This record gives sequence, structure tokens and C-alpha cells, in this order.
Amino acid sequence: MRFPALLLAVIAAVSLAGPLVAHFLGADPATVDLLHRFAGPSLAHPLGTDELGRDILLRLMEGGRVSLTIGIAAALAAAAAGTAVGLTAGYVGGWTDRVLMRLADGMIALPLLPLLIVLAALDLHKIGVSRAFADSPGISLVRIVVLTVLVVWTTAARLVRGATLVTKRRDFVRAAQSLGAGVPHILWRHVLPNVMAPLVVATTLSVGDIILLESVLSFLGLGVQPPLASWGSMLSNAEELISSSPLLAVYPGVMIFLTVIACNLLGDALLRRFDPREPGRV
Amino acid sequence: MIRFTTVRLVEIAAMLVLMSFVIYALIGLMPGDPIDLMLGADPHLTAADVARLKLLYGVDRPLLERYLAWAQAALQGDLGYSRLFLTPVAATLLPRLGNSLILMGSSFVLAFAASLGLGIAAARRPLSRFDGAINLACFAGVSLPTFWLALILILVFAEGLGWLPASGMGGGEAGDLGDRLRHLVLPVATLTIVNTGGYTRYVRAAMRDALGQDHIRTARAKGAGEGRIIWHHALRSAMVPVATILALSFGTLVSGALVTEEMFAYPGMGKLIFDAVMGNDFNLALAALLLATAVTMFANLAADLAYAWLDPRVKYS
Repeated sequence: MRFPALLLAVIAAVSLAGPLVAHFLGADPATVDLLHRFAGPSLAHPLGTDELGRDILLRLMEGGRVSLTIGIAAALAAAAAGTAVGLTAGYVGGWTDRVLMRLADGMIALPLLPLLIVLAALDLHKIGVSRAFADSPGISLVRIVVLTVLVVWTTAARLVRGATLVTKRRDFVRAAQSLGAGVPHILWRHVLPNVMAPLVVATTLSVGDIILLESVLSFLGLGVQPPLASWGSMLSNAEELISSSPLLAVYPGVMIFLTVIACNLLGDALLRRFDPREPGRV
Repeated sequence: MIRFTTVRLVEIAAMLVLMSFVIYALIGLMPGDPIDLMLGADPHLTAADVARLKLLYGVDRPLLERYLAWAQAALQGDLGYSRLFLTPVAATLLPRLGNSLILMGSSFVLAFAASLGLGIAAARRPLSRFDGAINLACFAGVSLPTFWLALILILVFAEGLGWLPASGMGGGEAGDLGDRLRHLVLPVATLTIVNTGGYTRYVRAAMRDALGQDHIRTARAKGAGEGRIIWHHALRSAMVPVATILALSFGTLVSGALVTEEMFAYPGMGKLIFDAVMGNDFNLALAALLLATAVTMFANLAADLAYAWLDPRVKYS
């Protein structure tokens, strides 16, 4: 558990230090310098420059901030949305439960990547978003978070619903009910703590999945939009230059791989710690 | 069982109708306008021509009306014309579906065989160093971005060593089988590496559960050999969850290789969907997405039925 947590902390710290490093190097990740394209490593550019003379190290750091922000924000939002749905379905039961869970099941029965590509390519202007907002650079981040939440919420919803169904019949919940506790109090104080452990595991694991999904969409040109750097979009530029400058394609991929495997290993370690049936090998 | 299947088939039909409408509406929200595209392709069109074309294609009619017209034609087998390929949509889809089947089928067989071997070997020595190594390798597999793995394989085996072609399907006019096979190696390798990690984790978990069951202890007590216990007794109960996962992954047949096909310019369904969506080929995108949805839904049904068929304790009613 220590190793993946440490790895994630290092990646996050280095990414966050980006602006500071940029200050010392006297450049920013979007600075184009056509006189120094494909430069090798130097003091001014520790990892060299890309096809537009931009500093690769600074772009990798910005990509890290973008990927981790999207991954964590979307994972938390999906966990919150899934928890709300799961608590409602589990506690209210009946038709509400049936409709909500059919919806969650229906999501798995869809070809998600192609549909996400369609959603990512939608012209927001055509659904009534103002032209200025639809074309602003930050909108691509919001769009990816919304899209991934649409896909990821079902896991949390299923977990929380299951735990709610079991917990609401337990004696301590009955006791609280008979003492006159309100529904919000019961859900918040009695039901939710009982599902926290698996929810934390699922959310940690989903961060890795979301970062992978973001990198695929950005690679296909549908995710994070320039001038913002993202590991996925860096790779899509590198694809055309693979024979002349292969290193451009190696760095961002290694970063995605390390980040995602760290999230997955951390989630797995948390699972072993929380689940008494799993042999402890933390 | 028959009742269950019938109900599910009706549900699938209803979902497909619903999805066809949703996808139809979404496609209309894509950037670009079919008439503008025609205008771009032929600058001699006049304003009067534009008005006539709009009337002909009915782009100004309400969404529901346009959808019903499309659905009526589609039910009669007319899916329209593909703008990119200049052929009827159905004629474009079918060969692509075959290509995807070859790509996904071969990588599926390889990944399943590898995961069966690795998963069983790991489950037989739980918590050993070997088990730990397999576990770590599986995590590496599921954490690899497919497109990056493809890039690296192209870099090493096509650009660097020059052993294998990096893109296309090969075969040429004569349909040279050896050339086609050589073109398949890298995409199949990519998909196999990416999928083996996930499958192995399922096989390993299922085998470990199976090996801990009472009937295995009974078989051991009766003196059954290790091979018989693994392959005859444990594998049978382990196959129940594994078969479900495999049937589900069959659902990704049409679209699962989208990224891989795109990377290797392999003319399959995934690349077709991507190109159609990106190229504003509305008719083709719509039909291809619906086909992908239908295949996924039928695979889900197949997973449920396989579950009941393999595990006599499961009864649907």
C-alpha cells in the first residue's frame, strides 16, 4: 500500500510544482519556439522540446495536473451521484428502486466508447449553450468530467444500494427509527458509514479508469483541447513523429501508465485492508 | 427459461428502438450540417439549390418526423447512403464486421488461452512469489493505455526492426493470405496483451474460490490426482463466472477494438464508427452505432443464459 501511495504522491507533487519550475525556466507549457524544435535535453529544457519548440517537461507536468484533476474530480462526482442514487433506490425501494437499477444495468449494455465519442464531439452550441462558452478552453475539462461521470456512477450506485438494503433491516437502524430519527439522519449516520469502505475502494479504482478514458479521448482529439496540455493529446501529436522523435511518444505514455497502475494498486491494497476475507498482503 | 428469454428479447427490442431515437437525435447535434457539406463540396450550388436540397432531405422538418421517416426506411432494409464511401450503408458495414470478427476473435482466443494458463497456475500457489508476480503483471496489463501500447509496438517492430507492417489489412488484390496474417500480428498482439491482464484476474479469483470448496476437499480425500482436481473438478465451477465475463466481453466485439483499429488503420467496425462520426457520415454512423448496441445487448443476454446453463443452481423465472 505504501508504494502506490508514494508513487501517486510523487506524481502529484511533481505536477503541482510545474508553475514553479516554469518560473525558473522562464517559459510556460504553451510557449512556442519554432527556432528550437526537437531540441535535446539542456539546462533550459531538461527533457528537450517538441515539434513546436515547447518544453516537454513543463507540458508533462501540466498534463499531470490536468489528468489528476479530471480523474479525482470525476471520481468524486461519480461517487456522490452514485451514492445519492444508491441510497434512494435502496431506502425507498419499490418502483423507484426498480427504475433506477434498470437504468444502471442498461448502462453496461451499451457500447460506451463509441457513444462517448459521439457525446464528446457534440456541438454544444446546438443544445443552447452560448457560442462563447461552448468554445472556451476550460469547457473541454468540464465536458470530460460530465461524460466520465455518466459512465462511472453505476458502480457506486450498485454498491450503496446493496449496503442500504442490508443495513436498513439491521436492529440498530430499527432502534434509531423507533426513537424518531429522521430519514436523512439514518442514511447519513447509520447507513453511509457501513458502505464507506467499499465506496472508497471503488472510487480509488475509478480514478485510474477515468484517467485512461480521458487519455483515450484526448488522444482522439476529443478530450482536453489546446492550449492545455494533456498526456493523451501529447501522444496524438507524437504519433505522426514516431519515426523521427520516438521519445515524444514514450514520456507521456509512461506517465499515464504509472499513474493508472498506482491508482489500481492503491485501490487493491485498500480492498485487502478493508475486506477481512482477503488475505492481508499489504 | 423460455419465458425469461422471451421477456429479455422484448426488452432488447424496446431498448434498441429507444436507443435508435437517442442516437438519431445525438447525431443531429454533431457539428456540421449535411447541406453545408454538400455546399462545400460543390461551390456551384446556388441558394435555390440549397433550398431544394433542404426540402428533398427534409432537414427543416421536426426531429420526430425525420426519425420516423428514417425508421420506416430502415425497417424496409434501406439504411441510406454513406457519404464517405459512396455506397449503400449495409454494403459498407458487412465486410467491416467480418474484419473486426477476425481481429477480435483471434486475440480473444489467444488472451483466453493465456489467462487460463496463468490464472490457474497462480491460483494453485496462492500468496506465493509467482502469484504476486502474476498479480502485478495483470495490474500492468489493465493499466496500459491501448493506444500507447500500439504506438510502442509500431515503434519497435515496424519502425525499428522493420519486421512487421504498421498499418492496413494487407492481402492486396490477390488476397495474399501470408500478407494478411503479417498485418494482423501487431493489432492482435496489442489486444491480446491488453485483455489478458483482466481475464487472468477473473480466472485466478474464480479458481481460488473453486479450489477452496468442499467438493475439492472430498476429491482430494478420495485420492484424485492434482490434474484431475484442477481440470475436472475445480475448472467446472470456476468456469461459471469466467463464462459470464467472456460473454460480456463478446459484447465489445463491434466497438471494443476501436482504438486498436484506429491505431493500425485496420478496416474494422471500430474504425468505421470513428471515421463516420468524425466525417459527418450520419447514415453510416447511425447504423454502425445501432449495430454495436444490438451486439452488446445480445452478448449480455448470452452471458445470463450461459450462467444458468453452466450452473444448475441458477434458475430464471
